[in-house]
Amino acid sequence: MTEMSYLDGNMLDGPMRELFTVDLSSAMGRCENCGTTGSMASLHVYSHAPGLVARCPSCEEVMVRLVRGPDRAWLDMRGTTFLQVPMPMEQTFPGPL
Amino acid sequence: MTERAAATSTQRRTPNRWQVGRLVERRVETPTAQTLVLEVPDWPGHLPGQHVDLRLTAPDGYQAARSYSIAGPAVDGPGGPRIEVTVQRVHDGEVSPYLIDVFGAGDPVEVRGPLGGWFIWRPEETAPVQLVAGGSGVVPLMAMIRARRAVGSKAPFRLIYSVRTPGDVIYADELRRRVRDDFGLDVAYVYTREAPEGWRGEPHRIGLADVNTHGWPPDLEPLTYVCGPTAFVETVADLLVGLGHPSRRVKTERFGPTG
Repeated sequence: MTEMSYLDGNMLDGPMRELFTVDLSSAMGRCENCGTTGSMASLHVYSHAPGLVARCPSCEEVMVRLVRGPDRAWLDMRGTTFLQVPMPMEQTFPGPL
Repeated sequence: MTERAAATSTQRRTPNRWQVGRLVERRVETPTAQTLVLEVPDWPGHLPGQHVDLRLTAPDGYQAARSYSIAGPAVDGPGGPRIEVTVQRVHDGEVSPYLIDVFGAGDPVEVRGPLGGWFIWRPEETAPVQLVAGGSGVVPLMAMIRARRAVGSKAPFRLIYSVRTPGDVIYADELRRRVRDDFGLDVAYVYTREAPEGWRGEPHRIGLADVNTHGWPPDLEPLTYVCGPTAFVETVADLLVGLGHPSRRVKTERFGPTG
């Protein structure tokens, strides 16, 4: 296998669930480089590196790097401006009294 | 754990935990694809389209994990819930040749899941659905077709299934049967290398005419799921968006050659 082919963000679910208690596959993220907002599942994931590198589908800048060692994980999200995560409905705090 | 946390936490295992599943059954689908039925005692249930990670550990401690789509609804067996995955052999792969050639009945494999909250079809959806599969990309789409029948959904489904040759069609007999029996399911095939006897047209890669003829028009606001190799998915998604389907209603899942 010589071509640098990528997978999509769906395959990040398992590795990310090791770090987060919520499912991030339907979370929306904004690319710091080009401003595109889209779901984590739509990222282009390269797994040939030592770890996982997820790039913006529009501009191909790196948005997430995740490296997993035997006893620790490194998560680098400097290419992501924000993540908007769907949550179950509940009273936000502080709310009206 | 405080009292409040205890009250809101679920006893259900979270999907990030690896648990041991065992092979209970194997079915040959095509010369290069097999369905593995795994008994997973603490399986919490899943939605059609979700996947699992399977992890193998070699005697020297080396581990390899791969994602596989779940092929249908979970069923209850004597030893607990059973799920099935369909594995396509990847030439020079690290995991798929082992799962197809070596992995035996009763053997353990670590399972993590269900995973994925994006590429899923919720059975309460009533919108028409178009499914576009490239090769083994049919697996999560078959999970949706099987779930539709299992819950008695009336949502109209259309599957466009691209394969190299007629012998590469996974679930061929079941799809033929379902087209006859599952009211509201249509299946169209695209052959890229060799078409069956009496097929009208030449083998070709999927194009605008196929998607336009066999899919739903954008006016019907269908939900679309495209799964297959990366280049196939990009091509089909671009065609659909070009036809006027809003990109947020076109969900994609790409398979890479990492086997």
